[in-house]
Amino acid sequence: MTVAQSRPHIVGKQPAWAGEMAAMLDAYQQAGGDPQALQLPEVATLVISGNQVLATHEIPGVHFDARPLQHGVQAVITVEPQVHIERPVHLCFGVIPTEGKQEILANYEIGPGAQVQFLAHCSFPNAVRVEHIMQAHIHVGAGASLTYTEEHFHGTHGGVDVRPHAEVTVDAGARFVTTFSLTRGRVGALDVDYQIDVAEGGVAEMTTKAYGTGEDQIRVHETVRLNGESARGLTRTRVAVGDSAVSQIFTSMEGNAPGARGHMDCTEIVRGQAQAHNEPLVVVRDDQAQVTHEAAIGTVNRKELESLLARGLDEDEAVDLIIRGMIR
Amino acid sequence: MADPILRVEDLWLRRNGHEILHGVNLEVFPGQVHALLGLNGSGKSSLAYTIMGCEGYAPDSGRILFDNHELAGLSMTERARLGITLAWQEPARFEGIPVGKYVSLGQPQPDRDQTVAALEAVALPAKIYGYRAADQTLSGGERKRVELAAVFAMRPRLAILDEPDSGIDVLSLVEIEKLIRRMAGEGSAVLLITHREELLATADAATLICAGQILFCGDAQEARQYYSTRCRSHLESLGAQPWDATNPEAQAALASNGSLRSPISGQTPEG
Repeated sequence: MTVAQSRPHIVGKQPAWAGEMAAMLDAYQQAGGDPQALQLPEVATLVISGNQVLATHEIPGVHFDARPLQHGVQAVITVEPQVHIERPVHLCFGVIPTEGKQEILANYEIGPGAQVQFLAHCSFPNAVRVEHIMQAHIHVGAGASLTYTEEHFHGTHGGVDVRPHAEVTVDAGARFVTTFSLTRGRVGALDVDYQIDVAEGGVAEMTTKAYGTGEDQIRVHETVRLNGESARGLTRTRVAVGDSAVSQIFTSMEGNAPGARGHMDCTEIVRGQAQAHNEPLVVVRDDQAQVTHEAAIGTVNRKELESLLARGLDEDEAVDLIIRGMIR
Repeated sequence: MADPILRVEDLWLRRNGHEILHGVNLEVFPGQVHALLGLNGSGKSSLAYTIMGCEGYAPDSGRILFDNHELAGLSMTERARLGITLAWQEPARFEGIPVGKYVSLGQPQPDRDQTVAALEAVALPAKIYGYRAADQTLSGGERKRVELAAVFAMRPRLAILDEPDSGIDVLSLVEIEKLIRRMAGEGSAVLLITHREELLATADAATLICAGQILFCGDAQEARQYYSTRCRSHLESLGAQPWDATNPEAQAALASNGSLRSPISGQTPEG
């Protein structure tokens, strides 16, 4: 995408805006996004840099109301009931300078029966001292389906403090699937906190992937409360830490209603002087509910490793391949 | 006849206080399919892991020579780079590693056509399987075929196939037999571990192993006859674990049979 090709939904056209937009598109690409996708008229788009709303593009059934705050943006993102959005909605958040603070206060309202996917890319490519706070409220209406995929790129300095927090309500028969990935570059300090409540027949699946090196700090809180009859929940946590990085994973699943089924699955690979902590918590308040968990913390699986060694990979190559696959 | 590519000499292995291999001798030649036949727990896989250099399988004594070079002290990676590889009986599963990538790992230079051909050789269409992860979403049989494809794509000088027939349906078994012959036809030596005598039809030579001892080494069909008429029936009569050192009755019965007790390498058994 070039600035000259920008479409009517672009918020401003001043030179300063153009430079910021170009930088954000580069950052978007570094975070794994496809800038071309932001140009497509059938793709709903929201681009936020620091506290500036650089671009919004609505399509039928998807609406944005984004307003700048002193250090960020307040946004309401609405998907109308019963609409099926074919192409993923693209969200692009970031801070380009080496220092700064960005706070996103977001409300997602997914109407009953709607079906939509979001692709969110958060990029801080030059960060030396950047703070990013996401405080989201997500409501998935009855029978709706929301897939929310969030990819981060924090640059190579490890100077980012990122706190994605979300409170999610999944109504009866609704489906919420989310993936959070921070697997390239440095992490810095990451504090993920998702609290998910699931009603009758609802489904919540959360996958978290992170790869920490250097002095990175990874802290993940995942809480799923299966409150309705036959609600389903799954958490998959895949974290690798090397050098002196530290990961702390706290996963909690509650089975509070008949027929509720939950499972927590955590793998953390530890290399060098890194440390990993894992604390699963299972709470069951109904004798017809069931929650299970599995965790593997520490070195790579020996059998996987030897399978790769037998193909001629050396140990470092093999471990790297296993880790890259796990967090892919 | 050419020199053997693999020569195992008087190999002894002890693990966790148990004797696993008792003076094993074995020779495998280039282009040969050599079956290693024995019941569960007889030491077949342990011998494979020892040749491959897996952790915990360093022999207590004896030698393993590959192309006349002793393997002692070489890592698994070094052995693989010499041209030795192993297809596991129960292959590991890998999150996020596509089948195509896994199959290409052993190639000196990644070769897409060779990867595709290897997958098709095990009846896995590359268009369907190439980008699927080699993880738990594959069935046991599919994963085993991927493992064989990976070995084939590597074009190893010695392929150790640990029970490639287990968990495989009859139709797939035909494909696997063809692949084994094809590997040998292209010059690989194949050490084929199995406890199914049917697969012996694929082999040029066979070795019978029981309780870590070689009972017979020679012609594959003679081995099949020996295995089916005497060895298997005798061992099965002793119970599920006749090699269990803590089972005096089974050990006594095993020891009482002279033809089973003596390691015979390169000789046809009597009777």
